[in-house]
Amino acid sequence: MSVIELTIIILIGSYFAGLLGSLTGLGGGFIIIPLLTLALHVNIHYAIGASLISVIATSSGSAAAYVKEGITNMRLGMFLEIATTAGAMAGAIAAIYTPTQYIAILFGLILITSALMSLHKKTVQLTKHKSYLAQKLKFNSSYPSAEGPVEYNVINVAGGFFAMLFAGVISGLLGIGSGALKVVAMDGIMRIPFKVSTTTSNFMIGVTAAASAVVYLQRGYIDPGLSMPVVIGVLLGAVTGSKILVQSSSSKWIRIIFAIVVSVVAVQMIYNGILGKI
Amino acid sequence: MNKLKDTDIQAVIGWVLRTGVMLSVGIVFLGGAIYLYRHGHDVTDYRTFKGIPAYVQLNGIINGILTFRGRSIIQCGIILLIATPIIRVAFSAVGFALEKDYLYTGITLLVLLIILASMLGGHAG
Repeated sequence: MSVIELTIIILIGSYFAGLLGSLTGLGGGFIIIPLLTLALHVNIHYAIGASLISVIATSSGSAAAYVKEGITNMRLGMFLEIATTAGAMAGAIAAIYTPTQYIAILFGLILITSALMSLHKKTVQLTKHKSYLAQKLKFNSSYPSAEGPVEYNVINVAGGFFAMLFAGVISGLLGIGSGALKVVAMDGIMRIPFKVSTTTSNFMIGVTAAASAVVYLQRGYIDPGLSMPVVIGVLLGAVTGSKILVQSSSSKWIRIIFAIVVSVVAVQMIYNGILGKI
Repeated sequence: MNKLKDTDIQAVIGWVLRTGVMLSVGIVFLGGAIYLYRHGHDVTDYRTFKGIPAYVQLNGIINGILTFRGRSIIQCGIILLIATPIIRVAFSAVGFALEKDYLYTGITLLVLLIILASMLGGHAG
């Protein structure tokens, strides 16, 4: 295949990856990596490198908007970034020594899990309980809403920290933002309101990806010829996605269809991984 | 006396992120145009990992940019993109220090230290 053909195919694929990733909140990496490896037979290390770069672009771009709105809990994000960056560094180093077929299998498994989690209905009850650590670390905060500021408390800091460590390892190993895992850690374990957890998770993704990208970059896994169409495509797709106002009823359908597509892709990744074709 | 507030830091951070992304993607786009112009009809093969080509190492990048090589310019944009969230963290550290929030200045510096360790970890090929 010639450079120009490959670039155009990746550009179009990445655009839809960015669009779907932003509509479902799963991020573009979930589609980019299977597209590059399964359909275009790109080495998975190159695919992960390109995906990481697109993750940094989309997360930083949308974080810029969210931070201004004042929903992001910057102290909480900063503290949890200790865990995600340390995990991401470990994950990136592990990726160097892990045979590519195991990376593909793990990718498939995480993909299915995240798709299922994105279907899960989120109901977080605000907790009145005040944790000692959360008070010391100044996590308890409020976010603006139509009915005025909503106060919330954060609990189970240690549990959330360890879950973030895991999310960081996955991000470094597989080159995805692992936003779904981060949101679960914050909603489920730390009882943070959904609006705050999604924006704060997004805020952390860029730094987490950068911590492993510096390792990938030095290993030569980040190829400019591949990364160029991926970054541009995903970013344009994400911008389009953020402009589309999704109604809650149709949003549910998008999620279900996306979960099915993602599961089929995931099974293919696992299948090819087991056969050693990746 | 002017007191620095969280909202001021948020505004600066938002600006850093936005500028970093726009600038780096612009550079990637420019490099991409040159790369396609010069190599658009070459045949590619990404099936196997080929090690680290010269144009991604620092000397190679500088040489490449000076000689107008598309891939070197793309890589320069990508490095700037990776640096964007790291610069954001550095700005947060300064912000927390100005706020006299020393606990969070320390936490932020620790994050920077981890990224530095990752960078200098000796895992380059």
